[in-house]
Amino acid sequence: MTAEATPSLVEATDGPAQAGPSVRGPRARTRTAYLRYVAGKLGGAAVSLLAVLVTSFFLFRLIPGDPVKYMTGGRQVSAEQLANYRKEFGLDLPMWEQFTDYCGKALTGDLGTSYQFRAPVIDKITEALPNTLLLTGTAFVLYTALGIFIGTRSAWRNGGLSDRVNTGLALTLYSIPSFWLGLLLIIVFSVGMGPIPGLFPTGGMESGGNEGFAYVMDVAHHLILPVVTLVAVEYGQTLLVTRSALLDEMGSDYLTTARAKGLRDDLVRRRHAVPNALLPTVTLIFINLGRTVAGVILVETVFSWPGLGGLFYQALSVPDLPLVQGLFFVFAAAVIVMNTLADLIYPLLDPRVGR
Amino acid sequence: MTLLEVRNLEVTYAGGAAAVRGVDLSLDAGQKLGVAGESGCGKSTLALALLRLLPAGTRTSGEILLDGEDVLKMKWGQVRAVRWAGASIVFQGAMHSLNAVHRIGDQIAEPILLHKKATPAGARKKTGELLEHVGLPAARASAYPHELSGGQRQRVMIAMALACDPRLVIADEPTTALDVMIQAQILRLIEQLVSEQDLGLVMISHDLAVLADTCDRLAVMYAGRVVEEGPARQVYEDARHPYGKALSAAFPRIGDTASRFAPRGLPGDPPDPSALPSGCTFHPRCPVALDSCITEDQELRDAGTARWAACVHAGASVPQPGSPAEEARSSTP
Repeated sequence: MTAEATPSLVEATDGPAQAGPSVRGPRARTRTAYLRYVAGKLGGAAVSLLAVLVTSFFLFRLIPGDPVKYMTGGRQVSAEQLANYRKEFGLDLPMWEQFTDYCGKALTGDLGTSYQFRAPVIDKITEALPNTLLLTGTAFVLYTALGIFIGTRSAWRNGGLSDRVNTGLALTLYSIPSFWLGLLLIIVFSVGMGPIPGLFPTGGMESGGNEGFAYVMDVAHHLILPVVTLVAVEYGQTLLVTRSALLDEMGSDYLTTARAKGLRDDLVRRRHAVPNALLPTVTLIFINLGRTVAGVILVETVFSWPGLGGLFYQALSVPDLPLVQGLFFVFAAAVIVMNTLADLIYPLLDPRVGR
Repeated sequence: MTLLEVRNLEVTYAGGAAAVRGVDLSLDAGQKLGVAGESGCGKSTLALALLRLLPAGTRTSGEILLDGEDVLKMKWGQVRAVRWAGASIVFQGAMHSLNAVHRIGDQIAEPILLHKKATPAGARKKTGELLEHVGLPAARASAYPHELSGGQRQRVMIAMALACDPRLVIADEPTTALDVMIQAQILRLIEQLVSEQDLGLVMISHDLAVLADTCDRLAVMYAGRVVEEGPARQVYEDARHPYGKALSAAFPRIGDTASRFAPRGLPGDPPDPSALPSGCTFHPRCPVALDSCITEDQELRDAGTARWAACVHAGASVPQPGSPAEEARSSTP
């Protein structure tokens, strides 16, 4: 029962066993491990992108419908004219030749020419992209913030009244089809119903003829209903994922440690519980970020929003093969890029990942 | 003045389980008190109750006087101020008591900054000193818990407990889940730090041998009560309560060849705290129970100089084997 053992003596027996590898420089070791992790993730992303490129070509050739017939729109055309069209679009070539042609161009950034707009696909996409990002980006920021805010508080007061009300409401809204909610909002708040006057425009992005600040306000006015629709339908997912991830952490010993240190309850939550529960939410955030590019076909169509979703809808009905392929590739690429980014960020958020 | 004085502490969980039923303890600065008992006897509940860390809905009554102030009567702000600065807890750091996503240095510095014991720079310096004090290089402050071994994590836990120079340290199973060599080192370290800084130590463990080795006094808990208390060595070597006796017999004694061939456990399970037996709660498992034990609750009574035991036989040493029950048990493997 002597208390004479000095710390250095103690370390001499405890230390070498574990200190061995770390003495060689923990920094260098973890950096190598991280680089290997990054290389693996980037390689995986490249493979996925190639797979999407191939899929986008074949997938849409399975859609019934003849683009040339659509283009001629029921007019009387001779077989010769039809053949000319086919030649112009390269549809007379054998499938594998069309494929190699498409791949070769795609690798140089040329996604082909739209059949129906007679314009480069890439131009159509860059034209509509900002509109989509304005709508989905605004909605993304709002539903993510709302979902995390309510989700963490719901989990912290698990089973309480506000938890039950919020979870129930979120589930209900999450289950509602976005186009239905959109139409409902249009009927109530744009057309007007009973005592409610028509407060908002029924569709489009601007009324036209406005400039400067008036233009900004006009666009914002058009933005409100589609954003509300999107937020209402989407925030539930973030809320539920955040809530369940945090609930998993609730009984953890390290939270008792944090409380024992004298931290206030909200600090225990923000500083200790939430960072540990963040990974599933971050995954979802990046998936949603990827989806912001893909736009929201239904909501953009319902609100006649001139974005990528609406464009995709138009292209599909032809089918405008180059445009559909190009859009599909851009949508998929956005998701892949965002997922890869998420993978690269995980190790910064949670030191246990990727080592 | 007495550093910690617990009077008639009772803790009942929301489900109705009476985890602690009238515990009295007292501890002076520089003293080491061991609390022993099986899983479920209420010893960890006791530890958490001292700093009011039990889940909401738990009913706690009695008095917990820390430096003369009743923790149970404090406002929450005062309780938070006492936590870690007045009394800190060494949790089972080898497991999950450290936060996996924060560097250990930040975790040690956190209470220092929270209780405004130092500036950020001062806290960093103090963190390095604390780490070196527990035998880790100061540079390890930038490590994450998963980069450390179980023993190192436990050292971090101890360094953290000392961060705000508390008067009282509660160590809850500080060496469970560590291998025997590391366990011995950690125990020496705790002993050394306590004697250096004149702290009070409450050490909780299921391992009577560990407690007997480290502590001055020993309290044995059973079903939420202290059933025996006295000088550590005496309780370990010559328990007056049959439960204390069974507990000390459950651990083999190094060098005692006879005990190796006669391992003795205690049959049966600890009682369910929401449905306790009548009379003395130990009577269903007691080898020397009398008929009266089934109906009469046994209070702590004198069992020698500064010793108490809650047993009818406490006056003398517990009757030795020879009782029919004991023989029947030793003949069946």
